[in-house]
Amino acid sequence: MAPPRNRRPGFSRRAQYGLFLGYVAAVGGAAIGAALLLLSTFNPTAFSAVRGFFSEITTPISSAFAWVRGGIAGAPEGFSGYVNARGENERLKKQLAENEVLVSRARALNQENRKLRDMLQLRDVTTDAIVIARLVASSASSTRRYATLNAGSWQHVKPGMPVREAAGLIGQVIETSPNTSRVLLIVDPESIVPVRRTRDGLPAIAAGRGDGLMDIRSASIATMIFQPGDTFVTSGTGGIFSPNIPVARVIRTARDIAVAEPAANPDALDFALVQQSFLPEPPPAPTPTPKPKAKP
Amino acid sequence: MNSPIEWVPLGRSEKKPRARWLAPLSVMLGSMVTLLPFVATIPFLPPFGLMMLLGWRLVRTDSMRVWAPVPLGFFDDMMSGQPLGNAMFFWTVCVLAIEVIDTRLVWRDFWQDWLIATGAIAFCLIIGRLIATPLYAHVDTALLVQIVISAALFPVIARFCTWLDRDSKRR
Repeated sequence: MAPPRNRRPGFSRRAQYGLFLGYVAAVGGAAIGAALLLLSTFNPTAFSAVRGFFSEITTPISSAFAWVRGGIAGAPEGFSGYVNARGENERLKKQLAENEVLVSRARALNQENRKLRDMLQLRDVTTDAIVIARLVASSASSTRRYATLNAGSWQHVKPGMPVREAAGLIGQVIETSPNTSRVLLIVDPESIVPVRRTRDGLPAIAAGRGDGLMDIRSASIATMIFQPGDTFVTSGTGGIFSPNIPVARVIRTARDIAVAEPAANPDALDFALVQQSFLPEPPPAPTPTPKPKAKP
Repeated sequence: MNSPIEWVPLGRSEKKPRARWLAPLSVMLGSMVTLLPFVATIPFLPPFGLMMLLGWRLVRTDSMRVWAPVPLGFFDDMMSGQPLGNAMFFWTVCVLAIEVIDTRLVWRDFWQDWLIATGAIAFCLIIGRLIATPLYAHVDTALLVQIVISAALFPVIARFCTWLDRDSKRR
């Protein structure tokens, strides 16, 4: 492409000023952008209302896409299920007979467990499900890991609530708008989940790495302790995530940290469950009464 | 309307090219690719909004005003999950840099366009990573792959922009 021969738009003053003002507007807009960038770097939730406005508009679009994708992905499964129905039926009947034995044993164990808990006077903390919704989109072109959930404050979702699926923890709600909310996935580099090892209850911290895996760091001083295959569940420390949600499984160990694979696959496009925060928020701190001055 | 020359009466401005409204619209649609229903665990999607902007800017210089990246970048920030202001600032910087390059280069071929676009995409992605993500995050390999994919896709985007800009009357 040839370069423009003459950058002046002609003898018209108006056209010349127009071109010049265009550059002024571009530089001014870039300066505004830089200011907004500084603001949102130091206060990430500063523009959540604006973002919420846009996601209110766009989330129905991605919900429709997700519905279409679910329909297409589900079609082969539905067809083969229809074909294999007879074999499936016999297999399930056999399995049912086997499971009845297990169920009766589990009932007995359950009763015994309840009796023991009564003796210990343990109090069950209820972890109520707030809403079941879908993760419909994500920040696939950014290095941050956010997902969009198609339920929001009108469905009683509040920032801070944990989001999980059947297989394990997915993330935590960070921003809400009336019908949508933004979820920080546990694989995001700035996400931290307090966990414990299922084998012995060893406390640890699971932090996202950004590449789909997680780093597990020991919360105690012991080193060289993780082994591949160790599984971690939430410990309930910190009061956000309720205990015993599967989080990750160690796949290899480095010196004092372990690299783990998250238990839940957020792209499964099954339903995600938003739960109540484990412990309610503490009551507002009492207004500080003016202390009597120390005696000299 | 059979004459090959379009007749514009004196004092009446020429008919605005289709690119005037199509270019911003297609850039916004490029930004909206993140609405596709995939929950990614690594950054794999090329920045289609930026690539459409560069495609239009390099293929057809007069398709957008020089300040157009400011509102388009604002829209992209709303879609992409980067902090607000990221695309507003760096997209405008890229376009202004291309303006400067235009005054320096004597002749621009597609190879130069491709090189300029690759540089701009790599600049925006790398600086976006530095701003949005802490330094200790292990996203650099994925980012490199993302840059390579975006650079490899740029000729397709440039052809797409040319196709959108085609003269529908001429067959």
